Amino acid sequence: MPYPADYKYTKEHEWIKIDGNNATVGITDHAQESLGDIVFVELPKPGAEITAGKTFGSVESVKAVSDLYAPASGTVTEVNGDLATAPEKINKDAHASWMLKLKLKDPNELNGLLSAADYEKFVAEEGG
Amino acid sequence: MSAVQSTTPTTRKTALNAVHRQMGAKMVDFNGWDMPVEYPSAGGIIAEHNAVRNGVGIFDVSHMGDIRLQGPEALAAVQHISMNDASRLAIGQAQYSALLYPQGTFVDDVIVHRLGEDDYLLVINAGTREKDVNWVRDNTRQFACKVEDLSDDFTQIAIQGPQGVNLLQKLTDANLSAVKFYWVTRGTVCGLKNILIARTGYTAEDGFEIYVPSDEATSARVWNQVLEAGKEFGVIPCGLGARNTLRLEGALSLYGHEISDTINVWEAGLDRFCKMDKPDFVGRAALEKAKTAGLQRTLIGLEMIERGIARDGYKVFDHDGREIGYVTSGSYAPFLKKNIALAYVPPEFATLGSTMKVECRSQGVKAQVVPIPFYKRPKKQA
Repeated sequence: MPYPADYKYTKEHEWIKIDGNNATVGITDHAQESLGDIVFVELPKPGAEITAGKTFGSVESVKAVSDLYAPASGTVTEVNGDLATAPEKINKDAHASWMLKLKLKDPNELNGLLSAADYEKFVAEEGG
Repeated sequence: MSAVQSTTPTTRKTALNAVHRQMGAKMVDFNGWDMPVEYPSAGGIIAEHNAVRNGVGIFDVSHMGDIRLQGPEALAAVQHISMNDASRLAIGQAQYSALLYPQGTFVDDVIVHRLGEDDYLLVINAGTREKDVNWVRDNTRQFACKVEDLSDDFTQIAIQGPQGVNLLQKLTDANLSAVKFYWVTRGTVCGLKNILIARTGYTAEDGFEIYVPSDEATSARVWNQVLEAGKEFGVIPCGLGARNTLRLEGALSLYGHEISDTINVWEAGLDRFCKMDKPDFVGRAALEKAKTAGLQRTLIGLEMIERGIARDGYKVFDHDGREIGYVTSGSYAPFLKKNIALAYVPPEFATLGSTMKVECRSQGVKAQVVPIPFYKRPKKQA
């Protein structure tokens, strides 16, 4: 599955799509494939503050629990309610299944993130 | 997924290991064995689980162990170490049981098969193979009986689900309709003569387990023939992930979780497999005492009624915030579509319908005590 060129990526397998001072966050196709069937997603509420590099929630497959790491700092403006009842949507299309929308605290934080090409290389080297 | 610390120096493989890898299985270390946890090409854990509930799925369970007891005092030997009453077994009949320590706690759970007049086969867990073999040898020396470890001799394939019988019938001359649940027979399977066929399993469904020679070529051939024969029934290969969710829905015990060397038979709720009225067996005296002393804790079924998944080891609290027990096994249940768990709590908390909290990643999530098993397969009309 190709990684959208207009997204940026973290080494913890989250993606972030920037739109001015706002952003949308999700997990990558590689993440959903590693996890297997996703059965539970724990996300913060709108209004919550999240910090780049720190955990902001979790995603659970049948076998495992995985922390979600914030690609950038900011205030949560919207959370995808679909994922509470249909978390398997992430397995079907991880790059379209957004988890939350953020008002970015500092867009410069994003400079350290990976491009689609770099992320693809990173995944290949990881042996994923 | 977290790495498991193995005490064995090298990882063990079943004869089908290369086949699983060829099929693109996700592999995991299970008690020192390199085993498939799920097959993404088959659809993964949920698809595998539901294939067994609705049709048929197959498992490589060759990592399990096999101990054969033969001789004029084989029955006496089995009776001495096994808590269920093997004297009730007709030739060709099997029963669930357990080997106990003198304290009345578990060495392992086991299926005892009576293969012949003085011929018994114990099928035991993968993680306890060596321990069990040593235990059986050490505790049956006084009986005129030969003890053989046949664990490496067999590739054991489980064919589980309502269509399992129809699948296997295509591959054998044995009349499977004549084999009742928890009975065994022998027949030609995939051209191999005298193969042990047992109507047993660990999925809470109807199904069979076949024991074929463990050389790689034969094992791969049989596995592939089973998959081929099962195409019309929608068969898929299933890994340990689905094996765990299937047995959990059926509230079947897993060694190291619901049963262990620190848990006794009464706590685990396995009374009906423990025949106190049969001749003396290892652990019996301690169990008598424990019965008189009363239960300190008991195994219950929990269903999560708030959002959250209770998992193995999570702590259980009462509504005053006091820690009262722990989860032995917990997961999302793919057929029931609920989050369920088995847990040990003091008996006063075991009332059906009462609620408690499970600490799921630092959040207290409400759960309700429900009857076990969580799932029972539908009874077929005769």
